[in-house]
Amino acid sequence: MSTMTAARYRVSDRRRETGDTVTLAIEPVDEPLPVFRPGQFAMLYAFGVGEVPISVSGYGEDGPLHTIRAVGATSGALCRAEPGAMLGVRGPFGRGWELPGPAGADLVVVAGGLGLAPLRPVVRHAMADRDRYRRVAVLIGARTPDDLLYPGEYQDWRAAGLDVYTTVDRATAEWGGHVGVVTELYGRLEHRPADTVACVCGPEIMMRFAARGLVGLGVPAGQVWLSLERNMHCGLGHCGHCQLGPLLLCRDGPVVGYDEAGPLLTVKEL
Amino acid sequence: MMTTYDILVAHPFLAGLPPGHVERLSRWARPAPFRAGTRIFEENGRAKRFWLIREGCVHLDIRVPGRGDAVIETIGPGTVLGWSWMFPPYRWHFGAVAVDQVLSIAVDGAGVRALCDADPDLGYELTKRFMAVVVERMQATRIRLLDLYKAPA
Repeated sequence: MSTMTAARYRVSDRRRETGDTVTLAIEPVDEPLPVFRPGQFAMLYAFGVGEVPISVSGYGEDGPLHTIRAVGATSGALCRAEPGAMLGVRGPFGRGWELPGPAGADLVVVAGGLGLAPLRPVVRHAMADRDRYRRVAVLIGARTPDDLLYPGEYQDWRAAGLDVYTTVDRATAEWGGHVGVVTELYGRLEHRPADTVACVCGPEIMMRFAARGLVGLGVPAGQVWLSLERNMHCGLGHCGHCQLGPLLLCRDGPVVGYDEAGPLLTVKEL
Repeated sequence: MMTTYDILVAHPFLAGLPPGHVERLSRWARPAPFRAGTRIFEENGRAKRFWLIREGCVHLDIRVPGRGDAVIETIGPGTVLGWSWMFPPYRWHFGAVAVDQVLSIAVDGAGVRALCDADPDLGYELTKRFMAVVVERMQATRIRLLDLYKAPA
């Protein structure tokens, strides 16, 4: 039922995050779907328009939160959904982040743009289980200061003992923070590379450079996790639209270790 | 109290440099703190030195008519600020301003050029290190040129 046929969910809240991005809180109309683990995704169906894969960006009082950027007809329709609107939801799909990480490890979260959405559950996990890790750093890159996701939460993240650093590609006159790509924030890390687990999400090229940089610092490739995106359709590994070499990302991903994904990401034909 | 030599030895940019090289560089180096908001150099000003940043951040900027000083990049702790001192006409291509309290070591450009001319081993080693910084920043700039976070058309 939950994986083949969409369950009905109602939009209970809609929050604008940036100029083109909103977070929808949705609640089940019928029996709720199983709880999504951090990094897993749902297929959200805007009735009469289409279905798109959207990661869970957290859980609210009523149910899952999905942060969506309006980039096409379906995501645009989802972003316009007002409280009370009905959506179809299938899931949970895929392999999420490898949580909890090893006790005593250092945790690094590297997010680019909308990539912070599927990583927010990792941040919240780290806040809730802060003593499990030695150091936790959250590195966030965005196009401009106005494109930073969840800026109102960073203070809480810091108060919980996380090192939060932000950078933008293009500064505005008011911006007094860091300017540059997210990998330039690596200099702030006070981590032990061999004992570091990293979770990375953002545009694929950004992830390639981010992962390469982490490996260059000495983090083992198998401890660098990327959340990859391809053309997910069925969510079950049947249709093959999301194939990346030997992987069907809706089933074997979206979270994949860089040791496995790295060689695939530079193959043009994939 | 740490001497300038001690600080240079501990700086990541000079990590692994033979003590003799560091000692010679230290003769041309001095501590250079900057308060937040201090302009360190102006675009097109004479590039007389470079700085090894220990603490704090520096914005590189450029004057854009109608927009004021547009920040193009942030230089953080553990890295080096300025390479225009290496090449004629020894003029800064951009400006630099301290974002917060900055602790740095300023190193005299003409002195280091003379050191490098006299000691090609040191010159080659410093050139390699500056090249690595240039390449890293060029690659970062290339990534930014891709405008990866822009919404797909």
